Amino acid sequence: MVQPLNYLHESAAQTAGPYVHIGLAPGAAGFDIYRNELGRDIAGPDAPGERIRVEGVVIDGTGAAVKDVLLEVWQADAAGIYPHPEDPRFADVAPGFRGWGRVITDFDTGLWSFDTIKPGSVMGRNARRMAPHINVWIVARGINIGLNTRMYFEDEDNATDPVLNLIEQPPRRETLIARKVKPGLYRFDIRLQGDGETVFLDI
Amino acid sequence: MKPAEFYQRDRLRQPPALTPDYKTSVARSPRLAMLSLQGSMSEITGPTFGHSDIDPIDNDLIRNYAKTGDPVGERIIVHGRVLDENGRGVPNTLVEIWQANAGGRYRHKKDTYLAPIDPNFGGCGRTLTDEQGYYYFRTIKPGAYPWRNWVNNWRPAHIHVSVFGTSFSQRLITQMYFEGDPLIAKCPIVNTIPDPRAIEQLIAPLDMNAAVPLDSLAYKFDIVLRGRRSTLFENRLEGN
Ligand SMILES: [Fe+2]
Repeated sequence: MVQPLNYLHESAAQTAGPYVHIGLAPGAAGFDIYRNELGRDIAGPDAPGERIRVEGVVIDGTGAAVKDVLLEVWQADAAGIYPHPEDPRFADVAPGFRGWGRVITDFDTGLWSFDTIKPGSVMGRNARRMAPHINVWIVARGINIGLNTRMYFEDEDNATDPVLNLIEQPPRRETLIARKVKPGLYRFDIRLQGDGETVFLDI
Repeated sequence: MKPAEFYQRDRLRQPPALTPDYKTSVARSPRLAMLSLQGSMSEITGPTFGHSDIDPIDNDLIRNYAKTGDPVGERIIVHGRVLDENGRGVPNTLVEIWQANAGGRYRHKKDTYLAPIDPNFGGCGRTLTDEQGYYYFRTIKPGAYPWRNWVNNWRPAHIHVSVFGTSFSQRLITQMYFEGDPLIAKCPIVNTIPDPRAIEQLIAPLDMNAAVPLDSLAYKFDIVLRGRRSTLFENRLEGN
């Protein structure tokens, strides 16, 4: 016998289910209860940077829109600073910038969108700079544990991004790059399964 | 010692994406391998919350939507700690819950179960853990409810729980079950979890020490988030 390690184990995930909105966005479930629903304002009114909207649909393996999905996004400000005390430049984060948002769909179409500012690039591991990106977490009925991915921008230089370059098949890198529809509007569809399946990250 | 990356998620204790007995997962499960990433600033940071974001009543589901009186059902306290895998409490982290009412009906425009809505029950709550990672809610015990999967599937009584931790990589949504419920073992959603020990970890025991005599029973539910390495030697997470 050896000494026991005595680590605890992460609690197992369970699906967020079809009624996730009651807990995380009760207005969308159809009732008003909290003074302040969280995650509705990512950047605040005063943060500098380019104001953008991102829209998209999450698509299942049959090609249908996932109408009851809920997304959360997490991003740096326009200078590439995360509003978190472990970012070395935390003291300089843009005023009022939360960096986090909760995104719900139109229940009839599955279309979602959120407004924010375009993030700056962030220093990655081993001093390799990461192209501007938004971190995305996806939960829904039928998704047993939240899916992580990243959204990059097609009008940025993504060629040397260390995470995109870890993807073995170059065509799959395209699944993480949002298309520019027009100035200020990006489109990012997420495919859970099948042709063009989005690259998901085990972070 | 400086904290660094998080421990690798133990995928053998977590449900896989494809679990055919839970039918909805079939078309919603990725089939290609995930890309494993070492943590960068994007993963080891995450949103933070403070007491200005929420109100004190938000953790009292018996009162936070009461219109004409208290909701119907068995009054309970749900309490416990948010811990990491090193056994340390996770302070000041947001815990959000949602649940059906005592009859098994959700207050959601998409729920059409024939059990009635309770006019005094919203079914959601939220709170921040204290400095030791401790949290508590007051609510009523949710009822079991039927759902479309096989023709006669019923969910065991459960409370949905959402926790943030300190980083985006610790984000977790799970469900809390109640000791002694015979529906737990029959549930295809519970059984998406491959490890029986990991299922047991989601079953809250009755906690008579925390019950309030002549008022409320109590259940204790600890939630464990991923632990984190300490930097014993210089690593190159951020680089120079
Ligand atoms: Fe449920």
